[in-house]
Amino acid sequence: MAVYEQTYKRYAGPLTPEWSRFFIIPRHAYRGVFKSKLFTAFFVICFIPLLVEAILIYLQHNVNALGILRVNVRELIPIDASFFETFVNLQGGFAFFVTLLVGPPLVSRDLRNNALPLYLCRPFSRTEYVLGKMSVLLILLSLITWIPQLLLFLFQSYLEGASWFVNNLWIASAIFIGSVVWILLLALLSQAVSALVKWRVVASAALLGIFFIPSVFGEFINVVFWTRWGHIVSLGALMKNVSDGLFGTFVRTTGRIVGFDGGVAREVILNEPPLWCSWAALFVICAICLALLSKKVKAYEVVQ
Amino acid sequence: MAVPAAIQEQSIQEQSANSDAVIDLHGLSVNFGRRPILQNLRGDLRGRAIGLLGPNGAGKTTLIHTLLGFHPPSSGTAQIFGLDIVNDANQIKSLVGYMPERDSFIAQMSAVHFVRLMAELSGLPPEAALERAHEALFYVGLGEARYRKLDTYSLGMKQLAKLAQAIVHGPKLIFLDEPTNGLDPPARARMIKLIREIRDSGEAHIVLSSHLLLDVEECCDEILILRDGQIAVYCNLEEERKSNRKFLMMETRGEQSKFVEAIAGLGCEYALTGDHRLKVVLQEGVEVRDLYRLAADKQVQIRRLSYKRDSLEDIFLKAMENGHGSL
Repeated sequence: MAVYEQTYKRYAGPLTPEWSRFFIIPRHAYRGVFKSKLFTAFFVICFIPLLVEAILIYLQHNVNALGILRVNVRELIPIDASFFETFVNLQGGFAFFVTLLVGPPLVSRDLRNNALPLYLCRPFSRTEYVLGKMSVLLILLSLITWIPQLLLFLFQSYLEGASWFVNNLWIASAIFIGSVVWILLLALLSQAVSALVKWRVVASAALLGIFFIPSVFGEFINVVFWTRWGHIVSLGALMKNVSDGLFGTFVRTTGRIVGFDGGVAREVILNEPPLWCSWAALFVICAICLALLSKKVKAYEVVQ
Repeated sequence: MAVPAAIQEQSIQEQSANSDAVIDLHGLSVNFGRRPILQNLRGDLRGRAIGLLGPNGAGKTTLIHTLLGFHPPSSGTAQIFGLDIVNDANQIKSLVGYMPERDSFIAQMSAVHFVRLMAELSGLPPEAALERAHEALFYVGLGEARYRKLDTYSLGMKQLAKLAQAIVHGPKLIFLDEPTNGLDPPARARMIKLIREIRDSGEAHIVLSSHLLLDVEECCDEILILRDGQIAVYCNLEEERKSNRKFLMMETRGEQSKFVEAIAGLGCEYALTGDHRLKVVLQEGVEVRDLYRLAADKQVQIRRLSYKRDSLEDIFLKAMENGHGSL
């Protein structure tokens, strides 16, 4: 079917392996994503805390630099699990905003334009489609979360020595697992919302709502019922508990209230839900998202 | 590692050996919930271009979707080039192209980007996909507009872009669902010309679903008329055209009674349909020249002679009136 021949001709060249085809979606999606100067600028900003983190690690090990800056090493933040957890959580916040910008139109645009039949009439399954769309986010978010954090962990290990690396290898696993759980949750939620809502702005608003409305509701439950179980519906609180658990900073009792019940003073100890509850809640949310995607990502909706 | 398309196709052909049929229907039924949409479709379609006809809701699009694997059969099955639509769905999808009825594209993409993406999803490496995308767009006549965004295309251009994405990977079977929908006469003529060119290239089979009988008549050599999810009529248009060569319409001047007696003497049936007009069914061994000879003998002028053939419209209307036909 050469341009000059103007005849129909079949293709007889090589084909790409089937397993690699889901990568086609992120490759093409990034062309559109990085066309936006605003997004590109924001994505660059996402690396600033990582730069600060690298500088802090470097300063800890550079006496000359500390001397020039007239800073005592004790005044610097210690490089430990809490240090990494703080930056992992900070990057998690940036990941949320990247998801807000990139995630909502991914599936909704295809649904709005009836593009799904075009994908699914090819040797390309629904699973590959979802995987491809999710990997648009997973790759982007990995670039600003666990990949640089692990590189900085290696940087710290390099400066501190092999024994520090061996003793703190669990921090690396906490960085990896915590970040992956968070970006997986973000990717699944944004895809599910994107599959449900066809308009980008509404999908972005819905995604924001999913994070903030249950949090407010959870706090309301906490205040009214003198408990911390309201956190079970708050995605932010769930992720914080999971992250604290992974970095070894999880504390169950987070407060006490002294109140009067029928004129009698009563002390209530406020306990966070157990860690396994947070994990289970996240698992349920992911399962619901997958079920929604499975229902919505079809070539055609069947009207029964 | 990249696998040459020719080798993959060869292995598929080995699996589908002994099957000349393009589409083989084995009691295919599809239900949406409890509602039957397709019921016990049987038969094999072998034409170079197969037309799917039927009124709205007859099940044409559902049949195409089922063959593409979008809807699971509730009973029975079908084969495309000898490959089962359920068990070998992925292999079938690598052999077919699909142009949907509704507007289907990816917004905010240029046509060349869109068609390239579709080619890559079909398994073409990026460079080959880009090359074929340019070729396909030139082929359908969108060469000059290929860098424009699809959102800015007219309806006719969108139809052509849909055709381009359906043929970009060079499929062996192309499903075209209402390809001339909403097109003005020149755009329709262009689309029909392209479909006929693809058919005549001998490189691909075509399944054309359309409400427009003329489109099907111009492009197809085999038709399947569906009604209420069942096969109402199967017709091989080529054979129909050949058989219609026996039916003649004549307009004469002169003494007709002796002429028609002579025609009856040849063993042909005839019917007078009006002043100086008659229909004749030629018998085996009787040629048109024999009629001219008789006319000369009986001093009758044959002013007009034409083959009376059942038009597709006649076939379609009969199918809608009559019961169910079968292959």
